[in-house]
This record gives sequence, structure tokens and C-alpha cells, in this order.
Amino acid sequence: MKISLSPDEVVFRDELRKFYRTEIPEDIRERVKYGRELSRDDIVTAHKILNDHGLAVPNWPVEWGGKDWTPMQRHIWQDELQLASVPEPLTFNAQMVGPVIAQFGSQEVKQRFLPATAALDIWWCQGFSEPDAGSDLASLRTTAVRDGDSYIVNGQKIWTTLAQYADWIFCLVRTDPNAPKKQAGISFLLFDVKSPGVTIRPIKLIDGGYEVNEVFFENVRVPADQLVGEENMGWTYAKFLLGNERTGITGVGRTKVKIGVAKDYARQTKSGSGTLLEDPVFAARIAELENELLALEITQLRVVSNSVEGKPNPASSVLKLRGSELQQAATELLLDIAGQDAVPVDADDIASPGWAQRSGPGYLNYRKTTIYGGSSEVQRTIIASTILGL
Amino acid sequence: MDFELTDEQVMLRDTVRDLLARNYDPESRLKITDTELGWSRDVWRQLAELGVLGLSFTEEDGGVGAGPVETNLVLEEFGRRLAPEPILDAVLVPGGLIARVGSAEQRQRILPEVVEGNKLLAFAHAEPGVRWPSTELRTTATAQGDSYVLTGIKNPVPHGDCADELVVSAVLPGGGVGLFLVGLDAAGVVRKSYRTVDGQRGAQIEFDKAPAELLGDNLDAASAIESTTVHAQAGLCAESVGAMAEALRLTAEYLRTRKQFGVTLSKFQTLTQRAANMYVSLELARSMSLYATASLADGGNDTVVASRARLQVGRAARHVGQEAIQMHGGIGVTAEYPVGHYVARLTAIERTLGGGFEHLRVLTAGVGDYDLAEL
Repeated sequence: MKISLSPDEVVFRDELRKFYRTEIPEDIRERVKYGRELSRDDIVTAHKILNDHGLAVPNWPVEWGGKDWTPMQRHIWQDELQLASVPEPLTFNAQMVGPVIAQFGSQEVKQRFLPATAALDIWWCQGFSEPDAGSDLASLRTTAVRDGDSYIVNGQKIWTTLAQYADWIFCLVRTDPNAPKKQAGISFLLFDVKSPGVTIRPIKLIDGGYEVNEVFFENVRVPADQLVGEENMGWTYAKFLLGNERTGITGVGRTKVKIGVAKDYARQTKSGSGTLLEDPVFAARIAELENELLALEITQLRVVSNSVEGKPNPASSVLKLRGSELQQAATELLLDIAGQDAVPVDADDIASPGWAQRSGPGYLNYRKTTIYGGSSEVQRTIIASTILGL
Repeated sequence: MDFELTDEQVMLRDTVRDLLARNYDPESRLKITDTELGWSRDVWRQLAELGVLGLSFTEEDGGVGAGPVETNLVLEEFGRRLAPEPILDAVLVPGGLIARVGSAEQRQRILPEVVEGNKLLAFAHAEPGVRWPSTELRTTATAQGDSYVLTGIKNPVPHGDCADELVVSAVLPGGGVGLFLVGLDAAGVVRKSYRTVDGQRGAQIEFDKAPAELLGDNLDAASAIESTTVHAQAGLCAESVGAMAEALRLTAEYLRTRKQFGVTLSKFQTLTQRAANMYVSLELARSMSLYATASLADGGNDTVVASRARLQVGRAARHVGQEAIQMHGGIGVTAEYPVGHYVARLTAIERTLGGGFEHLRVLTAGVGDYDLAEL
């Protein structure tokens, strides 16, 4: 049993640490660190720099730009990226559709889409959830009916994150409505969101921002060669994709940075005769949160150092469940440090600092983390059934 | 980074697991814990024969020269079976102090006897009215010729009831803390034995000018006590993880088999979601426990790491323990059914060498000194 990194891993970590801090523009990293909004350009810029240095899609097969890294090297890559406040490579491209195409797509589909996906020349969005098919994803009703060389797609998707920036969508559609199980008869289709019949409608969220959308399909004609893998096998591909999603969602590094920033603000905030950070009751809350975070980090390291390729560790549900709760706890911490200054929002030329004005929307926005990517309730159900046999 | 066990470690764990499972089904355990001694000399002999009592000592001291990983694997198994043998109290802690501080002659005289299972030690350190992490002591050592006499009261002394010889901390004539060897049959030593909340045993031991032998020649043993305590903290974490794992296993089994309203309890989502929360607590606690052990194995000896682990494990123990009883319903509070005994043990551990409150205070004191929490 050994808790320290090997000398090779230390070198690997230090190189990445330096790269992230010197090659990714500081203004972008500052926006990430302080929770300001990123533009589409910020995300594309950071992603392209990573990709130009072979660091955007290390989890892909080597022939498509991946790295033959150990799970620990991949973990270090992501952890250092988060600690340096670099925007993640666009998750729809790097974590979701890319690996699915690389694993299940035909050679032709791979050649056509993978290089552009790795380079973020195509911005993908995810067409999975529907109004009546969220956690119960297999209940989806969007249909694709074969018509010659095309599919005709009709239906509606919802919670489509950043679809307003997207070029293409990867979409689960029902190709066989008569299949014996609702998980069967689903296909995985790729198409241009500028296709006639696609309408994107933004949904305003409680933080006042727009990051998710409804997407409507009305007789959208999709060339049949944009199907991934085999018709009616989409559920298998979606499960593969969702398995990737869960482990990447922990966010220990990001939450650490957020707590570090919070400590800084607490140091600048007066309380009683000293600062908020010196207040033992407040400091105890931070100590407790940090401890939970370290426990989660070690749990993640246990999963990483124990992971068998292609087999999601059931304990990874702990990572999603607890990781999302701690992300929320960190935004709540910022909110509580801001105190009364958290009440004004988007106000110029007032005494309440900008970070404090953003803390309320940030807190409200982060309520999403225990809902998306398999809600906490879904994760608990997975733990109860697959681990505890209940 | 590596959390895997070697083949030898797996073998050790399985051997101890088998030995304890053979001796301790819930019923035979209750028979043993009801005896005056509260544990089994026969099991003790088997542990000695397997080399388990000598795990943490060097070969020179009669041991097998294993490390904290092996020791804590064993303690986790003790927790899993609630084995009452006082391996931590009678061997690891007081023996660890003798190994660290004792002279060559003292080590050779005492440790092989301990390793062979012939001699039981106890560490008499805690004093009435003084909470961890205070290092204030009222027991005093007074020089008398070449030797010393001790005066003071020590309580609780875990498993002091059965100890043959004590390691006692006391204030030295010139200040600083010394460690002393005291035989229980020495003049001026009064022992008052009792049962503890978790069914184990302890004693208050009173010294009235009791003759004592200075351990080693180091006149300041504070760092040895701290270092031994860090090892003990990690050991208590491992034992807790074993106990929590079994409490959760019993609970899940109960939910799968107990029927209410014509269906098993596992059909009620309220209960399965709460059982999942217990698993989350257990795994995070296990992570911190492994961290504490691995840090020691890496050569670290960090009180902050120990407090991190104790805080996480203590929080989990409270959660898992309380939920385990609640989900069992009435059967959970009966003495015949084992789950309550696990909770009693976890409750006692949480009051040993600092609880959540004290360990949180240790961590809180340092929060302003760094930006990002790091392992």
C-alpha cells in the first residue's frame, strides 16, 4: 500500500501543471476560477490549445488522438486541469460522442467525425432527455422512420445543454416502436442542428442564465449514413456513454479551488473582532468540508487505481453522489460568506463586490448537479441494488 | 499510488478472518464477553501462535517486523467480528511505547513475552477530568535513590483489569513527561476494575508512592506518546471500518429477509436509499482509514492526518451505527442480536483518543494556514 505518486508520475504531473498554467490564457483560467461566465470562444480556445498538444481527448483510442495512459495518468491529467482552472475539453465531444463513435462507429463515420470532434470544429450537443424520459431515459418517444436513404425524425428533446452553441446533435431516437422492451428499438443518430425542421428554444434557469434548451424536431431528414453502429442498438451505446460520464463528474479539483477562493474571501470579510476565517465556528465548517473532499479524493484514487478497462466500478456512484453534493456545499459556502452582499445581482457601481453578487446565482445554478448525470436518487438506487443487493 | 494488498497481506487477513469467524459467532462471543475476563485466553494463544501479537515488533524484539498495513488489516478483522481480545490495548499501544523508548534490556525482557502471549501490558495514561488532546498530567514521578515512585490516579486504563505490567506516564521531577514500568503487584498500586459501555474491560489504577522503573533513558517521552497515539488512531479507524462494514452487512441482510406488509423491507425505497447512504459513509470512512494507514506505511507520522481520519470515521460511525439500529427496529436494541454490540463498540471508539469534536478542532486550527486542502 502506497499513498504517494511514483517518481514518473510526479514528473508527469509537474509537466502538466506547468503546461496548463503557461499555455492556457490566464484570463480564461481566471474566469473559471472565480466562477464567471465563459463565452463559446473561451471554451473553443482552451479546447483547441489542449488538442493541438494532444491533451484534449486522452481517453480516446490512440489512433484517433488518444493517449495510452494509465488510469492514474488520466486522473492526474484531469485533476491538474481542474486545479489550474482550465475549462474541461467540451464534454459532449471528448467524453460523450467521441468515445461512442470510436467504439461503435463504422470506419467511414469515424473518419468523417472524429478529427473534427477532437478539434472542436464540430460543437456537439446531447439529445437524450425528453419531457417524459429523464431518469427513465428508455421511455423516450422521439421517432426516426426510415425513408429511402434517410431517416425522418419527429419529436422533442429537453435539457439540451449549450445547444445554442452547437453545430450538431447526437440523438437517441426510436426506430422500432414495436420492440418487446422499451430499451430495444432505439438508435443513435448524428445530425446538423441547422437541418430544416430543427427548432432550438432556450430555457431560462433560476440563476437568470441560459444553458439548457428544448429542441424540437419536425420531419427532420437525416441521411442514413449518419447512424452510429447498428440500427436499434442505441441503448447499448448510451449506457457505454453514461458510464463514462459518471466518473468525470466528481470535480474534486474544481471544488478545492472553489473552497480556496472562499477562504480568501473569508479572510477579507470582517466578523466580530477579526475575520470570518478566524471565526472558529466558520473555520470548523471549512475544515469539515475540506475533510469530506479529501475523503472523496482518496475514494476516487481507489477507484482509479483499481479500475478495469471498460468495467465501471459500482463505487463510482459514490463519486457522482458525493462529488455533486460537495460542489453544492462549496457554492453555498461562497453564498454564506457573501452574506447580505449576496442579495444584489448584476448591479454596477455599488459596494457589493462582483463575486458576492454572483454567489447567489451560482448557488442556485448548482442545484442542478445532484439532478443531472443520474440524480442522487438514481445513484443511491444503483448502490442499493448492485452493491447491497437490495 | 497503490491501495492493493500483496498476496501475503491477503493471506494474513484471511487467516485472521477465519480464526475469528471460527471462534466468534454472535452466540459464542456473548458467552466469552460475559466471563469475568471478557475475552478468550485460548484465542489469545492462537493469535500468538500465528504471530499476530508480534506483527508490529522487529525481529530483534521477538516480532515479525511487519508494518502498519498488516497491523491495521488485523484490527479491521477484529472490528468485523467484534473480537474482544485486547490486541490494541495490551500489545500494540503499550508494546509500541516499550519498542520506541525502552532500553535494549527492557525490550528483550518484556517484548518477547508479550509476543508469545505470556504477558499482558496496559498503558495507563488518561487521567480523570483531562480530555484528549491535553497533555497535562497530574501523576508525578519522584526520584528515590536510583529509582522512582509514582503518585496519582489513571482512568480509564483500557484493559487495565487484566494487565500484568503497566506502562505509566508521569511528570518527571525536572518537568517533562516520562514513561515508567510498574508491576500490578507492586506496593502502593490499587486496581479497580470495571466493564465498559461496549462490553470490554477497564480499570482505574491508583498509585501511592508505587515503585516504578523508568522506561529507557529518554527523559522526555512526549514525542513517543504522540507517535504511538497516531498509530493507535489509525488502528481505531481500521477497527471501526470493520465494525461498520459488518453493521451494514447485517442491515442489508435484514432488509432482504424481514417481511412487513407481505413484502421484504427491501421493497421500501425509503429504506434502500438510506442503506445506500450508509454505504457512502462507509466507503468515505474506509478511504480516510486507508489514508491514515498508508501514510504511516510511507513513513509519515502526522497528527493532522490522524485527525482527518478520525473525524471522517467518527462521523461515519455515528451515521452507520444509528441507522443500523433504526432500520432493524426493536430487534436492533436487544442484547441477543449483534447489531447493537457493533454500535456500542463504535460509540466507545468515538470516545477514545478524541472524538469528532476534538479532531475537528485540531483541523480547524490549521484552516487559515493553507489555500487548498491537500493529501
